[in-house]
Amino acid sequence: MSRHPTGGIVRGGGPGTVALRVVLFAVLGVFCLYYLVPLFVMISTSVKSLEEIRNGTFLSWPRAITFDAWDKAWSGACVGVRCDGLQPYVWNSVMMAVPAVFLSTTLGALNGYALTKWRFRGADIIFALILFGAFIPFQVILLPMARTLGVMGLAGTVPGLILVHTVYGLAFTTLFFRNFFIGVSDGIVQAAKVDGAGFFGIFFRIVLPMSLPAIVVTVIWQFTQIWNDFLFGVSFTVGDSNPVTVALNNVVNTSTGVKEYNVDMAAAIIAGLPTLFVYVVAGAYFVRGLSAGAIKG
Amino acid sequence: MAAGIRLDKIRKSFGGTDVIKGIDLEIEPGEFVVLVGPSGCGKSTLLNLIAGLETATSGEISIGGHMVNTTPPRDRDIAMVFQSYALYPTKTVRGNITFGMQTRRIPKADQEAALQEFSTLLQIEHLLERKPGQLSGGQRQRVAMGRALVRQPAVFLFDEPLSNLDAKLRIEMRTEIKKLHQRLGKTVVYVTHDQIEAMTLASRIAVMDNGHIRQFADPATIYENPVDMFVAGFMGSPPMNMIPGRLQRDGGLYMVPDGAPAGLRFPLAETESADLDMPDGHKVVLGLRPETIFAAGSELPGPARFAFDLPVDVVEPTGPDTMIVFQINGQDLIARVRPADAQPAGSLFRFEVDMAKAKLFDAATGRRLQSGQPPKIPQA
Repeated sequence: MSRHPTGGIVRGGGPGTVALRVVLFAVLGVFCLYYLVPLFVMISTSVKSLEEIRNGTFLSWPRAITFDAWDKAWSGACVGVRCDGLQPYVWNSVMMAVPAVFLSTTLGALNGYALTKWRFRGADIIFALILFGAFIPFQVILLPMARTLGVMGLAGTVPGLILVHTVYGLAFTTLFFRNFFIGVSDGIVQAAKVDGAGFFGIFFRIVLPMSLPAIVVTVIWQFTQIWNDFLFGVSFTVGDSNPVTVALNNVVNTSTGVKEYNVDMAAAIIAGLPTLFVYVVAGAYFVRGLSAGAIKG
Repeated sequence: MAAGIRLDKIRKSFGGTDVIKGIDLEIEPGEFVVLVGPSGCGKSTLLNLIAGLETATSGEISIGGHMVNTTPPRDRDIAMVFQSYALYPTKTVRGNITFGMQTRRIPKADQEAALQEFSTLLQIEHLLERKPGQLSGGQRQRVAMGRALVRQPAVFLFDEPLSNLDAKLRIEMRTEIKKLHQRLGKTVVYVTHDQIEAMTLASRIAVMDNGHIRQFADPATIYENPVDMFVAGFMGSPPMNMIPGRLQRDGGLYMVPDGAPAGLRFPLAETESADLDMPDGHKVVLGLRPETIFAAGSELPGPARFAFDLPVDVVEPTGPDTMIVFQINGQDLIARVRPADAQPAGSLFRFEVDMAKAKLFDAATGRRLQSGQPPKIPQA
């Protein structure tokens, strides 16, 4: 699909080149192993029985595959005093992540659009200030934010967490969209103005459909950030409103009874699966959008 | 309905820089006015001011007799074709063309009728379901035109619409734009830096330089009767030869080029500048269009001919004509001769100049120097 493919460029030959290739692929193979072995240990351990884990080695292939540990992690493991598994906390995370991703992405897109296509006096300063938010270490704002949530009556609730993630996601989402829209021709916006569309008409009917790649990148980024967040989750929620990351910590760090490695592993994978899912689904859209030629005019 | 446009002392500055420095312009309804000038002269800014895409710093803009300074683009009854076409990449050709009607809530049936009429006129009816990314440059250009035409506004604004097309297509589309204008009779303001486009399309040309309009007149006047050196040098390809020199009185009035070989002086006796009252030695610039210099004896004899011999420097055949480059005082000058009269580089060539068409400019001010009545303009 590229207009200037590089695959056809003539390469040099000879034994030296072959040797270099062998070395290259050997190094890549080692890196691959380094990456994949932990994943293998996670998955294989999660489908072993406790008995097998105790008797076998860390790296051994599972002999009898059982999903008991997955079942327990999902609906039976004890988080603190409650023994319903991760299920309610996954639900908490979904209830938090979906609105937070949606809100921060939408607002970021609007910000980026206004900062590039409806330039106003001081737009660059505003952008610089927003960008500054991307560099704030989040530990710094924990106490003031806790106080703010308390005043607003949102302390310890999922909506409170949504607000925090939306506000602190804005810096990145604005940056993403602003940098995307700066590459969109001003002529298109001018043409739409002459055609009679207003601020939101141009945004929703012209600009937003063009920004599919930026939306996908932002959604993947925001979802990964928000879903995997532990700091805000542990600081601003209590017990039943914990997101899954905090619940996972509580499952793994529980001090009573036997250490159930298989349940821990299964719980960790369950907590990580949604980000993988978003990446695969959104990534597919991303590639399709590119190859449909819908990006460039 | 075509509408006239009136600009009254329009100024525009960005930050501290003045881009438009007080422009008055009166465009009649149905006229095809071309704004032409080098890049950075403010022609696109002036078009954006008319469109309402920029706000004038001061002055008044009227379209169709109404002051529109505070009217947003959508309410000015204009349509615009952009240099980059600015098609909506996610919409089909149909969606692109009808978008302006959708935002104005024009009934579906009327939209469809207008779409059919203009897509047939522009020969793009087979492309309606495609996206802009699947179109060639010429097809995109047509779609951009269709999007402008379909709303049938009072004024069309074109911002260098042909500059992204290849040479052959550009000439085709040029003719088509002219045909469309003849057919629809709407007012057109057309920006270009290409002086040939300006000459071929315009009913009147506004030559712009540095935020000012230097001359606003019909193409023949602009070409044959430029007010100053800038207009004379900008219009015409190859450009007018500008030979710096001094006036000399020696029985009659002569122009002696700086550093010219002994005896080479251009007689001004039968030119429009014959009766100048400038002193001897006054610095002037003689403007000679390439077609007024030809091989001696190759044209029918005329009253104000002057012949001289100089060596040929470079020969450039273009097909119908051959350009002969020669030098006076190290400056390249171009003569346009018939291919049969051309001689190889290095040989001595006898040139003949039609001094009746020579223009004389003041070297200091750049203004045209004419004595008494301006000369009659030969109409093509």
